[in-house]
Amino acid sequence: MELLIALIPALPLIGFLFSVLVGSRLDHVPSHGHDDYDAQAHPTDTDAADVHESADVAAHAPDAHDEVEEALESVPTEEEQAETSPHAGHADDLANAQGADGVIPEELNNGLGQSGHVAPDGPQPRYRSWIVPTALVGIMWLFSMVVFANVIFGGKTFHVTVYEWIASGDFKIEIAFFVDALTAMLLLVVSSVGLLVHVYSIGYMNGDRGFWRFFAYLNLFMFSMLLLILGDNYLMLYIGWEAVGLCSYALIGFWYKKPSAAGAAKKAFVVNRIGDLGFALGIMMIWTLLGTLNFDGVFEGIGGVSQMQVTIIALLLFAGAVGKSAQFPLHVWLPDAMEGPTPVSALIHAATMVNAGVYMVARSNPIFAHAPIAMWVVAGIGIFTAIFAAAIALTQNDIKKVLAYSTVSQLAYMFTALGIGAWAAAIFHLVSHGFFKGLLFMGSGSVIHGAGGEQDMRLLGGLREKMKWTYWTMVIGSLALAGIPIFAGFFSKDEILGEAFNRGYLLFYLVGVVVAFMTAFYTFRMIFMTFHGRWRGPHEVWRHVHESAATMVAPLAILAVPTVLVGLLFGLPPEGGLIHGWLGGVFEESDHAGILPGSIAAGEHHGFELFGGGGLLLLVGAAAGVLGILLAYRWYVQRTEEPARFVERIPFGLGPGMYRASVNKYYVDDIYQLIFARGGVIVGELLWWFDAKVIDGAVNGTGRLADWIGGGLRKVQTGRVENYGLGMAAGLVLVLIAFLVWR
Amino acid sequence: MGLAGYLIVSTVLFAIGAFGFMARRNAILMLICIELMLNAVNLSLVAFNAYRPTASVNGAIFALMIMAVAAAEATVGLALIIAIIRTRQTAEVDEYHDLKE
Repeated sequence: MELLIALIPALPLIGFLFSVLVGSRLDHVPSHGHDDYDAQAHPTDTDAADVHESADVAAHAPDAHDEVEEALESVPTEEEQAETSPHAGHADDLANAQGADGVIPEELNNGLGQSGHVAPDGPQPRYRSWIVPTALVGIMWLFSMVVFANVIFGGKTFHVTVYEWIASGDFKIEIAFFVDALTAMLLLVVSSVGLLVHVYSIGYMNGDRGFWRFFAYLNLFMFSMLLLILGDNYLMLYIGWEAVGLCSYALIGFWYKKPSAAGAAKKAFVVNRIGDLGFALGIMMIWTLLGTLNFDGVFEGIGGVSQMQVTIIALLLFAGAVGKSAQFPLHVWLPDAMEGPTPVSALIHAATMVNAGVYMVARSNPIFAHAPIAMWVVAGIGIFTAIFAAAIALTQNDIKKVLAYSTVSQLAYMFTALGIGAWAAAIFHLVSHGFFKGLLFMGSGSVIHGAGGEQDMRLLGGLREKMKWTYWTMVIGSLALAGIPIFAGFFSKDEILGEAFNRGYLLFYLVGVVVAFMTAFYTFRMIFMTFHGRWRGPHEVWRHVHESAATMVAPLAILAVPTVLVGLLFGLPPEGGLIHGWLGGVFEESDHAGILPGSIAAGEHHGFELFGGGGLLLLVGAAAGVLGILLAYRWYVQRTEEPARFVERIPFGLGPGMYRASVNKYYVDDIYQLIFARGGVIVGELLWWFDAKVIDGAVNGTGRLADWIGGGLRKVQTGRVENYGLGMAAGLVLVLIAFLVWR
Repeated sequence: MGLAGYLIVSTVLFAIGAFGFMARRNAILMLICIELMLNAVNLSLVAFNAYRPTASVNGAIFALMIMAVAAAEATVGLALIIAIIRTRQTAEVDEYHDLKE
């Protein structure tokens, strides 16, 4: 078993090394016709000439390309133009990352490449570099499941020490793995979604010149993520943490010649660094105070540290989680990260990496349990982010952006749960969210792929005719996200809401219900806009719309199974499901953290009552979801003019302004642009002035002073011996006088 | 007279030497002036030695030492001056100002 655990992260690492070494020789990608790297070097709406060139280079369907672009230019209404115009002129990173909203879909060429266009001359295209990485991840998945079963059903925990890495006096760091129920839960999500994304990518990345590179990155990511969740000490957690950040950077910027992708990658990296600085400081503080980084040692010793120090540690750790899990105010990178290929969005930015923050806080639960103030901060930021991101998701038109903000909002749910001490509920939601959000992202990728690269939902529609599998699997995922009974999201989300209610956080509960309603609404707004109604894009593209390849649809179908079942299996009966039994040991010590005095949970706990308070809570949660779906159906299927009228009916004429604010993500990016990018430039200019004038002035001044003194002194050197003699005599006299005076 | 007389002579000699060194322009004469100053010092040393309460030869030895050094210095100095005079065709030190800045 120990060997098995050690092999779990090792296998993807081997796959990565293999891909790096020989991957490029295994593929043969036609060098013309799919040359989207160079062709899409400048896909901004201002560079129309470039885009037309790229249409020529992309040998297939140039007309369709033009049509798409014209349609895109003509579609935005007055209000929607506000969406793109503020960003159009920015050249800086922050704005770059947003610039490509619904401009030129990056996967256009890829998508059509799938339709069987093969260069008539030259060898057949050949893709074999996926075999080894995917096979290794498959084996890894098998091992993970064995470990999962042993831990969850066998009730064991494993410590595996591979070797001692650092030994310096009392300070010891081992490369060691630790598997308990919490890790096992993460292992389930990471390895399952990871494997499915590998399979999915075989179809999705077909035709891309970076095919082997993509699999290399994916394997490196799997390795890093597994290191993160398996690590037995904070240093290994941190290494995995930074490594997944690096992979995220590499994969967001996978199409690195596209400025928006490169900018988004940079943005994700920089924003994550801000949080990681806090995380690193937190780890250093732990080591300074406790002298160890091992989870066991830290959690044993944390009780002896003063209240304020624990709070600072907890807040610093949480800063890292805020960055990695994209919580306000560091949420800005995640929506832009959608510039990456869609499998990356599904794997990294929905199902696994963004969960790292939740995992880390949950893992550090003994620390947080000792820091009530930090718990409040976690819950407060969580609930605020939940409603904030949901309010942005309401109006986004890019299918992936809707899902991205939804991810932010759902992660925020988890943090709310963590903050109120509902640890198991948070992990439950993490697991179910990992599955259904992975499913939704892969489904959106299938839509983008099948619809010729179109991501703008205003130009989609009616796809259910042609993409039955994608439609039904995405509906299942959406029902789960909307929290409709029997689907996974229902149990996990309502558990969080129920815990908030029982523990006495009434405000959080109410906001949570509102968010649930908004979630259901925007999720089904996305479904209805994409799959219902009629096709709103150009005609030529419609002819090419097709269901995706089996390698892409199969993972969707497979993921739909846990999306339906995870809730029933893990969560029944509500508030006392199996997952609580499994995770009970992990959170034993911290179970009562966060319970407010006077709340239901603080009194006698009489268990869940289906026909009592608990059942009523479930009903409210389900009703919020159903109402949201019904509203979306009314607005986006039955009466499509209704949303615009509703906006006008908001009193005091606030409607259009609110709409614009939501479309523009409440201007957070613009504020950051103003404060940090512009402000940075201003500060830089001030510092430059200081450097040029004061620092350089001092240095040059010193030089000039020496020059000036030397210029004066050189007149003394006459070259005449008698002058020197006079000098000596005068000196002698002076010495004599001094001698006589101070004797 | 006693010690003071010797010292006065010594001071006068030294002053003449110093003045000569600064006032004269001829290199050889300046060298002689230096010798004059050295000998003024020698005179005072020997005088101090003679008027010391306990018998001693230290001052005399010092004077001998200085004479030896002065002889060496005069030799080297003269050799240098002659070399300069040969190249510059003059003994006037005013003309030797090539080493100024």
